[in-house]
Amino acid sequence: MHELSITQSLLDIALRHADEAGATRINELKIVVGELSSIIDDSVQFYWDMISHDTIAEGALLTFKRIPAALRCDDCGHEFPLNREQFTCPACGSGKIRVTSGDEFYLESIDVNLEPESER
Amino acid sequence: MPEIPIVENILDANDQLAARIRIEFDSAGLLALNLMASPGGGKTSVILKTIEALKDDVRIGVIDGDVVPLDLEKIAEMGIPVSLINTGGNCHLDANMVYSALPSLDLNALDLLIIENVGNLICPAAFSLGVHYDVVIASVPEGDDKPYKYPAMFKGADVLLLNKMDLEDYMGFRVDYFRHGVEVLNPGLTFFPISCRTGDGFDAWLDWLRTAIKAYSNGQETTP
Repeated sequence: MHELSITQSLLDIALRHADEAGATRINELKIVVGELSSIIDDSVQFYWDMISHDTIAEGALLTFKRIPAALRCDDCGHEFPLNREQFTCPACGSGKIRVTSGDEFYLESIDVNLEPESER
Repeated sequence: MPEIPIVENILDANDQLAARIRIEFDSAGLLALNLMASPGGGKTSVILKTIEALKDDVRIGVIDGDVVPLDLEKIAEMGIPVSLINTGGNCHLDANMVYSALPSLDLNALDLLIIENVGNLICPAAFSLGVHYDVVIASVPEGDDKPYKYPAMFKGADVLLLNKMDLEDYMGFRVDYFRHGVEVLNPGLTFFPISCRTGDGFDAWLDWLRTAIKAYSNGQETTP
């Protein structure tokens, strides 16, 4: 349930960048979420609909780009997705593997309108 | 319609506040720990036992994130200054909650500040609190698969305690399997197998803690 504070941060960042660009409306937010970030998309969307009310981001579409957690074998160089039951290299069986991605959690971009609403 | 590239960490506001908290800790010359575990993993037991061992030589304070002041009363009975962050059912502490709690403690009168996080292996992993070390406590009855199920918590830890080692044989806990999961996520992580009940292994944790307290006592050390 930490999605509420996360959604608030998301709104703050989007509104700040939209304001700096002189945007009149935010249509879409592209969010990048690594597998290890433990964020539930539906939950963020639920809070978003509540807290974006009466802002220029009201009704904006939230798009989540999921990045799977990836591992790399130190012995053979094989790269593979995280399997939560067995931490060994599926190619050579080595246990010398390390996580190379999956921590991501950032706002990649926003899609906005720049002209006043009345002129559209 | 124009797309504005941003690429900004969504928890940036929390991280910035955590950096301000760190400055307060460093200027007070204290060591700050963020203690995280499942409910029942042994956070309060580790805190009480640590206080018992160090209280004559080390000035300790505790910030407790909890829904009821039960743990806090046990700590206060030992003559330790405590501050309760009533999380009201929230699943984690964030930098803002800790920052708000700081004025209730005299940081300059402390050598060690322990922040007891909410019992949870998921949410607290995402929020930096500005401490010097994130300490995770796992415990034998929870099972040896915890690093595999909750990778973010173990990946972000600076120190790992494995508590209730006295139950190892009864639970069929595979220490090697557990440690392999940890090693993949967090190579070389400082690790102490302990038992709060028997006291086994606790001296190694206390020795580590004494050294760390000394290193931060003059405020010269920075991020580990």
